[in-house]
Amino acid sequence: MCQECGCGSGGGDVKIGGHAHGHEPEHHHAHGDHGHSHGSKTLNLNLSLMEKNDRLAERNRGFFRAKKLLVLNVVSSPGSGKTTFIRETAVQLAERLRLGVIVGDLATDNDAARLKTAGIPVVQITTGTVCHLDADMVAKAAAQLDLDKLDVLVIENVGNLVCPADYDLGEDLRVVLLSVTEGEDKPLKYPPMFHSAGVAVVTKCDLASAAGFNRELALANLKRVSHHARIFELSAKTGDGMKAWLDFLVKQRAAV
Amino acid sequence: MHEVSVMAEAVRLAVDAAKSSGASRVLALRLRVGALSGVVPDAMRFAFDVVCRDTMAAGASLEIESVPAACWCATCRAEFECADFFNECPRCHNVSGELRRGRELEIASVEMN
Repeated sequence: MCQECGCGSGGGDVKIGGHAHGHEPEHHHAHGDHGHSHGSKTLNLNLSLMEKNDRLAERNRGFFRAKKLLVLNVVSSPGSGKTTFIRETAVQLAERLRLGVIVGDLATDNDAARLKTAGIPVVQITTGTVCHLDADMVAKAAAQLDLDKLDVLVIENVGNLVCPADYDLGEDLRVVLLSVTEGEDKPLKYPPMFHSAGVAVVTKCDLASAAGFNRELALANLKRVSHHARIFELSAKTGDGMKAWLDFLVKQRAAV
Repeated sequence: MHEVSVMAEAVRLAVDAAKSSGASRVLALRLRVGALSGVVPDAMRFAFDVVCRDTMAAGASLEIESVPAACWCATCRAEFECADFFNECPRCHNVSGELRRGRELEIASVEMN
């Protein structure tokens, strides 16, 4: 898939993480090679490997707070309906809150074009091979928006339930989407992402019966992994269930 | 996952530390990786060889210390080990959302000369 994951950079074997490249290379340098014994020293660092991103994310968070923005990081698998969900949210909130969107994809600005039809400001980030947005990309994209004219900034992350889980962008709320056409066990398969979300939204509910969606099972799985998350069930297409979500957003914005 | 960028950051930190100590080579990196950190140690080892190339850390060894995950149970006022995110206290069966350990993704130390 991509260089960031490591899956594209080792001869094309997608399973490098799990197998094949196991433990053999670990101690491949002979100690004699560079005279370990004389003059070598050990320095304790105790630094987080996410420290750089976390620091930039905190800077974003402080900046957004000063601008009185409510910031959402919307994550899901590809095709769960993030763009339609955000577009409908913007259209239906137009009277009450002003939305702006930063949207990330590997390639194309198709999502940005779709979002712009809602008459809202949109900045597209095309990440190339990178499978997630990071805090630095968001800071640069946010600089292209007139934040003083916004109440809510929505960041539509790259469609991926794995990598974006570890990257804080400086958001107030992480919103994870689960569409009824995906398996009910998605939350169990991708627990870090679902666990890290403060809000879980079940989308495409108008297709539930056609997809044979087992609602009770999906909700039980969601609650098992994200027992702290607020859950909404809706269809952005028909508008069913949108009101509760929109009222929730208005309340969240008022609390910023 | 994004093991390549995580390892690149580890090597960057190690090389910076070695340079500012006046060392000429990085001999070994020791990382601390939590059971629920979301990265796969084997993939990190694989990525390590790639990102070390043409740096002061070329040929260095990599040691990964894994940290088991633990949750805090407010009812029992005690920690319990958990294997995943479904954190039910084995004593009182209440669910805990307070992960105390297991998300670590850190560089502990670097050996150089």
